[in-house]
Amino acid sequence: MVPTSKLSQIGLAMAAALSAALPLVASPYHIELGSTALIAAMLALSLQLLVGCTGLVSLGHGAFYGLAAYVVYLISPADVGLSIAITLPAAIAASGIAALLIGSLSLRAKGFFFLMVTLAFGQMVFFIFHDTKIGGGTDGAYLTRPILGLFGFDLPLTRKQRPMAIYYVNLIQLVAMYLGLAWLLRSLFGQVLTGIRVNEHRMQALGFNTYRYKLAAFVIAGMLAGVAGHGWALHRAFVNPELVGWHRSAEALLMILMGGLGSLAGPIVGAIAYTGLGEVAQLLTERKLLVEGAVILAVVLLLPKGIMGFKLPEFMKLGKPDGSNAPAEIEEAHTQPGQGQPVPND
Amino acid sequence: MFGATERNAGVCLVCSRLGCGCSELPELNMDLSILLAQLLNGVQYGLLLFLIASGLTLIFGVMGVINLAHGSLFMIGAYTAYLVAKTTGSLWFALPAGIIGGLLLGTILERGLFQRFYRREHLDQVLLTFALILLAEEARSAIAGNDFQSVPIPPILDFSVPVTNGFSYSAYRFAVIGSCLLLAAGLYLWIERTKFGAMIRAAAEKPEMVDILGLDARRIHTTVFAVGTALALTAGVLAAPLYSVYPNMGDGFLIISFVVVVIGGLGSVTGAFWAALLIGLVDTLGKAYVPKVSGLAIYVLMAIVLLWRPQGLFGRETR
Amino acid sequence: MTDLSSAPLLATHGLGRNFGGLAAVRDVSISLHAGELHAVIGPNGAGKSTLVNLLSGEIAPSAGRIELAGVDVTDAPAHTRAHRGIGRSFQRTNIFKPLTVLENVRLGAQAVGEPKGSVFRRAANQLDLIERSRAALKRVGLDWAEAREAGTLSHGGQRQLEIAMALASNPKVILLDEPLAGMGPEEGERIAQLLKGLAREHAILLIEHDMDFVFAVADTMTVMVDGQVLASGRPADIRKNPAVQNAYLGGHA
Repeated sequence: MVPTSKLSQIGLAMAAALSAALPLVASPYHIELGSTALIAAMLALSLQLLVGCTGLVSLGHGAFYGLAAYVVYLISPADVGLSIAITLPAAIAASGIAALLIGSLSLRAKGFFFLMVTLAFGQMVFFIFHDTKIGGGTDGAYLTRPILGLFGFDLPLTRKQRPMAIYYVNLIQLVAMYLGLAWLLRSLFGQVLTGIRVNEHRMQALGFNTYRYKLAAFVIAGMLAGVAGHGWALHRAFVNPELVGWHRSAEALLMILMGGLGSLAGPIVGAIAYTGLGEVAQLLTERKLLVEGAVILAVVLLLPKGIMGFKLPEFMKLGKPDGSNAPAEIEEAHTQPGQGQPVPND
Repeated sequence: MFGATERNAGVCLVCSRLGCGCSELPELNMDLSILLAQLLNGVQYGLLLFLIASGLTLIFGVMGVINLAHGSLFMIGAYTAYLVAKTTGSLWFALPAGIIGGLLLGTILERGLFQRFYRREHLDQVLLTFALILLAEEARSAIAGNDFQSVPIPPILDFSVPVTNGFSYSAYRFAVIGSCLLLAAGLYLWIERTKFGAMIRAAAEKPEMVDILGLDARRIHTTVFAVGTALALTAGVLAAPLYSVYPNMGDGFLIISFVVVVIGGLGSVTGAFWAALLIGLVDTLGKAYVPKVSGLAIYVLMAIVLLWRPQGLFGRETR
Repeated sequence: MTDLSSAPLLATHGLGRNFGGLAAVRDVSISLHAGELHAVIGPNGAGKSTLVNLLSGEIAPSAGRIELAGVDVTDAPAHTRAHRGIGRSFQRTNIFKPLTVLENVRLGAQAVGEPKGSVFRRAANQLDLIERSRAALKRVGLDWAEAREAGTLSHGGQRQLEIAMALASNPKVILLDEPLAGMGPEEGERIAQLLKGLAREHAILLIEHDMDFVFAVADTMTVMVDGQVLASGRPADIRKNPAVQNAYLGGHA
């Protein structure tokens, strides 16, 4: 999951440096596109904590992402924006609480059951914003953009500078999220998540209350999705129910699969590839869904291990937590349903 | 006379049609009549949900695969009804078209695509079927456009059946209830009383039994998938005159079917039946009597079931 | 050598479990004392593994009670029982194949010995857990392989690892479900020595098919047939028991 070789760490640092240099050469349009990709990367990365790290495939992750954006809309006054020092914690807290409620129920279900329950609860959140007037209903609503500043002092930004500033805010958040997750995975907690992914049944027999660990991971992932959703509100200053819908969750899963399940860098690569692909598709055809559907089919059928699992040279292959440099544990990533269940006959 | 949609204003609360004149009948007890109508609506809605959810749960039970595109199959059925009614002027051809088309489509999907995914990760299955949803929506948009379309109720069923002297109910809805019950009974007999049904049960209970007993797994899988697909398409055909047809209509029905399957117990057709009726009634009565929070009612129900019996009402205990 | 008159560490009373119409385990009452190595033998399908799964909490009983050190644990889930002192190995090797050998055992140590508030500390720095893991590995003779990926170990090595994982949690009771399955004679001999030593410090419930091995190591034995206890007692008595000879041992004794 976490790269441990010097080379891959240098590679990642260079990628971050290149991203930081992008606004110096790119057009305003492409800077905004960069922000879109960074936000998608945060969403996919937060979901990776569940999918790739813990082996939980959730289809309700979009709910926490969208909820955070709606919270920014709901707490912001119509005239003056609030400081992100207020909106960001509020968004994270709301997503975290929602994740705690939904997770504590969903995690009582296992496997596909879990997937269906997260999807249903995610749609419940969608319903709240789609069918009621709380957040502008079906059409969505514009919000007062949060201010990049603190205690009444805010960055003096011109209209042209703002996209660049927002880009850097998102980049910093993404880097921080990556480092935080890398640290988390190396902790005892991360070890437990890995154990649950590989063989949850054995973890219980060893004495782990796996439910509590999974719930903790679910809440952390939900809060991180909240960071991404807040980033979206900051970036676009607009919310609509699509942000909450389960198609967003499925897209995030696609980004993970495109990038690869076995690493933290995978979802970021996948999100950038996916965003880029969307741009290209828009140039080529009106039928965006057709392209998206075809791409998913191609990835699922031809690239089951993702871009990262497929193309990287050996030295950049991702090691396992704790230092050994064995090949990434993709094959063992998920136990099959039913495997490890006690067998009644002996 | 065209069938009204659920969302239309001015629909008669008693028989759910426009200008039916029900309310002009001698008023026996209006409250009771409305309740009776809503109960029947709930049963009818629940039975339609059962047709969708039974295929979903059967396919999962036997093959262990989740089909997110199951809602799209329902959508395809509804658009089949719309297109058949538009081209031939009659809805009657749509029913055989839906059933036969469903069996064919199911066979093609299973043999061509799903078969390779039974042993793949959940994530792959999710994304494969998500891709199918997107492709189905594009196909729908290319063939039938993006507008809401209503589908006429066949003239022969376009009347109200007097139930008591104060209350009559749409004949078409009665016909839907009857058809769904017939299909449910057929499904029950097929699974519980035939030799092939016994093989399906064996395959669902213990997949390894298929090999031990030397059963033809390929045939079982394809048949189950085809039947599940045909049920979803049939539900779509029956539903088209009641709910009209519109883009992404499969999504809503898919999610509700998931709730049905979760409440009934994954893999249990009996569970799907009772859960579908329960959801149909709760959702319909909720919308009629407490419209403000009704949308949440089914999720609250699901939450209660998860707290009480995480494996679903009819699911087998795993610990 | 074992004080069988003391209060048992683990006891079942009329334990039963049905699968559908089949009674896999019926009315089983056994007890396990500190320092005792108790072997459960019986033909395939006698319900031995089901019994272990009932004791460890993998499956819930249909009837009867289970007591651990005098506390009723009949309804306690598996992880709670592990905390109360039950460790186990599985009949079919059940390890974390993509993790290293040391990581496997460390999970066992962490499960019940995680220092309070340390869950977010770096795993590689938890010297206490690592030390305990290494001790368990040394005990089963697997210390040479700690950095290897568990899935690359030989079958026998994986069986040893199973036992080390159970040991790392320092349980009062160890349930071993056919620890010798698929092992060569040499490895088997080492495990036999290990079990004899372990039984002094822990109570062991052992399921095993190898009769020579069982009679060599067991303090007490229970013979199960068709989910029920046929006989229970010291190996010498079991060997002489005519019912056991008829039903199971055949010409062995």
